[in-house]
Amino acid sequence: MLEGDIVQMGAYIGAGLACTGMGGAAVGVGHVVGNFLSGALRNPSAAGGQTATMFIGIAFAEALGIFSFLVALLLMFAV
Amino acid sequence: MASEAQGAETGGLEFHPMDQFNIESLFGGPIAWYTPTNAALWMGLAILAVIGLMVLTTSKRSVVPSRGQSVAELAYGFVYKMVEDVSGKDGVVYFPYIMTVFMFILMANFLGLLPLAFTTTSHIAVTAVLALAVFLAVTVLGFVKNGFGFLSLFWISSAPLILRPILALIEVISYFVRPVSHSIRLAGNMMAGHAVIKVFAAFAPLVLISTGIGIVVTPLSILAITAIYALEVLVAFIQAYVFAILTCVYLRDALHPHH
Repeated sequence: MLEGDIVQMGAYIGAGLACTGMGGAAVGVGHVVGNFLSGALRNPSAAGGQTATMFIGIAFAEALGIFSFLVALLLMFAV
Repeated sequence: MASEAQGAETGGLEFHPMDQFNIESLFGGPIAWYTPTNAALWMGLAILAVIGLMVLTTSKRSVVPSRGQSVAELAYGFVYKMVEDVSGKDGVVYFPYIMTVFMFILMANFLGLLPLAFTTTSHIAVTAVLALAVFLAVTVLGFVKNGFGFLSLFWISSAPLILRPILALIEVISYFVRPVSHSIRLAGNMMAGHAVIKVFAAFAPLVLISTGIGIVVTPLSILAITAIYALEVLVAFIQAYVFAILTCVYLRDALHPHH
């Protein structure tokens, strides 16, 4: 009952495996925001000025997760 | 992509979640470089929305601002403070460009959230142009302002001497990855969110028709669409903000390459 070719199967399995990279990005973003929050609760008066830095950190952490999403999309639709 | 008829027969998705990103000609026919497409239409609408917010509401200025004027002033002040804080006082000269990019991305993201709309910023072709423009401008600016002193951006003088060549290599690589990550972050975020909404939208009617458990799954997926849509409204703003603030960071690096 098998249909399709083995290349397509490999591409789909690879797309699924690539999505595990998003978990790493999730850990990274959570780490950034969690540490920002723990610092902000210790010194709330300094927190407001550092929100921009937090977003920059989130953006860098998130970019790598987006890369794995991109690899998954390429495997699904471009290969 | 599986054809629609085949998907309906085998109980697969009625429509493909990525179909919303297809570029289509507005009036039919083949697509050439001059064809009006849905991408061109929604980019034009984004620019009209920016003009509507920033120009029309402030044409009749008053001391007690109208609602539109206060939103426009809020956006202006928000971006101005961001450029001043991140890029420094001498970065304020480049504020108009960053404001333009921010408002365009913001409006394109928000308009893309309308049902049946086309999200222009979900295409890497669009975001890559924005990111490459920033990258090229910042690189040229760095060399014009600092001469070859701009290269000290890669030579971190606070690090131990033995580590500096390795760090320089890493810095050069990360410098050239900037336009890639800058563009893919925006496009990937917009694409992923919209695709997830469409996946749940496909679940909602499908399960109700084909099996009996639809009575549980359909309300859950409609709830999920609502929740993800709310998240997407937030993401639409945050991604425009992140794009603008990274532009400010790159600008600061060009103006002050010394660490």
